[in-house]
Amino acid sequence: MSDISAGKAPARPASAPQTAPTSLLGALEVDIRFLGMIGALAVIWIVFDFLAGGTFLTSRNLWNLSVQTASIAVMSTGMVLVIVMRHIDLSVGSILGVTGMVMAVFQASYLMPAFGFNHPMVWILTLVVGITLGAAIGALHGFIIAYLGVPAFIVTLGGLLVWRGAAWAVAEGKTIPLTDDNFKLLGGGASGSIGATWSWVICGLAILAIIFATLRARQQRTRFHFPLKPVWAEFVTAGAGCLAVIAATAVVNNYTLPAALARRYAETNGIPVPPEGLTISFGYAVPVLVALAVGIAMTFVTTRTRFGRYVFAIGGNPEAADLAGINTRRITLMVFALMGALAAIGAAISTARLTSATNAQGTLDELYVIAAAVIGGTSLAGGAGTVAGAMLGALVMQSLQSGMVLMRVDTPYQNIVMGMVLVFAVWIDTLYRKRFK
Amino acid sequence: MQHNQTAARSTLPMGASLIAGTPLVEMRDMSIAFGGIRAVDGVSIDLMPGEVVALLGHNGAGKSTLIKILAGAYKADAGEIRINGQPAPISNPRDAKRYGIETIYQSLALADNVDAAANLFLGRELTTAWGTLDDVAMEAATREVMGRLNPNFRKFKEPVRGLSGGQRQSVAIARAIHFNAKILIMDEPTAALGPQETAQVGELVKQLKAEGIGIFLISHDIHDVFDLADRVSVMKNGKLVGTARTSDVTQDEVLGMIILGKAPPGAAPGPGAS
Repeated sequence: MSDISAGKAPARPASAPQTAPTSLLGALEVDIRFLGMIGALAVIWIVFDFLAGGTFLTSRNLWNLSVQTASIAVMSTGMVLVIVMRHIDLSVGSILGVTGMVMAVFQASYLMPAFGFNHPMVWILTLVVGITLGAAIGALHGFIIAYLGVPAFIVTLGGLLVWRGAAWAVAEGKTIPLTDDNFKLLGGGASGSIGATWSWVICGLAILAIIFATLRARQQRTRFHFPLKPVWAEFVTAGAGCLAVIAATAVVNNYTLPAALARRYAETNGIPVPPEGLTISFGYAVPVLVALAVGIAMTFVTTRTRFGRYVFAIGGNPEAADLAGINTRRITLMVFALMGALAAIGAAISTARLTSATNAQGTLDELYVIAAAVIGGTSLAGGAGTVAGAMLGALVMQSLQSGMVLMRVDTPYQNIVMGMVLVFAVWIDTLYRKRFK
Repeated sequence: MQHNQTAARSTLPMGASLIAGTPLVEMRDMSIAFGGIRAVDGVSIDLMPGEVVALLGHNGAGKSTLIKILAGAYKADAGEIRINGQPAPISNPRDAKRYGIETIYQSLALADNVDAAANLFLGRELTTAWGTLDDVAMEAATREVMGRLNPNFRKFKEPVRGLSGGQRQSVAIARAIHFNAKILIMDEPTAALGPQETAQVGELVKQLKAEGIGIFLISHDIHDVFDLADRVSVMKNGKLVGTARTSDVTQDEVLGMIILGKAPPGAAPGPGAS
């Protein structure tokens, strides 16, 4: 807390506090759009479960869904900032391709010989190299956009071709297998999950964080004599958050290793196998935890830092931001660099999941990432969007795809449905904006 | 950098030489061109502490462009700006703010998608000890300053898009006065306002003037100008027609300066006088 604010705290604000909010949703202070998206997701899940004969809402499918969503969800958090600033990034799929390829080659050809098999430095340096490269590519795009004045659409369309070609050039189109087992944990799978106990630990920490955040917000507003949320509303929102965390943890812990894998796991770890068989829970997958960490970090960046504030101000009115003395070019460069770094994290997750880097990796990902951000309520006109919404948008997209796979819909028809859903979602969003804004 | 005060004084327009002391702002021989069009062409104006100088002229006369140079939004092709007698190189809005120059733009220059507090502190956010945004402190300060300007204002949590014209205007004014401006530029401050709110802005101008703040006022309303301004400077086609004390000229004479570009006997003629 700064001195300025501390000095003013005791004084009552000159303007009287607002009257108590009248509507139920107003009292809860929840985003109607976010609530609507959760509702839409629930409908999608229930309908698919019905159509696919009860195979959708199983802990196994939901666990897989969470892992499949991770890479797109990570990238969508950056795309929110890009689109909020009235730009677009068509190159993320290709950046994912080239950074994934460079990470795999670097790991196999340089790090493994230098450090030895499964040395901890291998996965760390692989990530450092990949993220640095991604950020550098993004910064280059940002520089051309901000300082040379070439539209983002063109720069990143060029980037889409350039970096896909570069991915091929790195290994002349060969598929490069990953060699480091620690790095492969980023992809999830049986060993890339944290198990039941640690999942409950994370669940507990998340609940503590929710309670702490609620109390702190309330304490801050009390200090400045601001109108407060009704106590029951605080309980409802915090309670809903806690319940969601507990439910998610219960689902991922309910997904257990198949009997054969469990036996092998027990043998390698020297656990005695009881006669009735072992139940070993998967728990949260590592890529899902990475995605959640990225989501929390990006939410923090967008809402709690000057950088995030400036991104939104520039998106709302670039001229006003300029006149306020904000260095809009530098912020543009930083946003694209951040997008590149997130594409590299996405690359780490998706190469680790496939345990190899291929030339075609990430093809069309830019479209899924943009779709996730837009379905998640990011306005293409700029100035509006949330990280949580984009991640939920990624989950919606992946749910549709996964549901159609379970229903054995052919890929071309999947694409037809996805395309129509995207247009439909944006139309609903347009209606929402007209009505509520 | 030393400079000769007497020599500097002699180049000033006559209107200023009547007042003793160092001018708060001197803009000398300012010029700026956009693609061959000389939007501002050799204009010199000045401003004393506690003085209101009105800038008048038709649309496209170059008033807004001239003050945007002072505000740092445009960089002049030629000319010199002095603040308190010292050369003040201003090449961006941050420079201008460092010299205590605050601007209320005609367009208001608000980011519509964020709330009043975010706009008020845009570019100068209060932060906590950890470097994060201190939204609560900013909201508290906003409530305080808005309470003085517009006691009925309640929409602190709403994006300013949802505010009325007058409310948006008060946010823009709050932003200019909250940071202890020494020099205030008001570009059509009452354009979006009703009669009552216009009167409030008039009161505010008088109050700020009494605190020793110098104000450049751009307005179309000649009555407002004669009510509030000590001097008027009139521009036409990018050139200065002349500068006059409002007590030395009539409203008709000032209209003549605006429309015909003719400097009356009570005014110091500029290069643009016909």
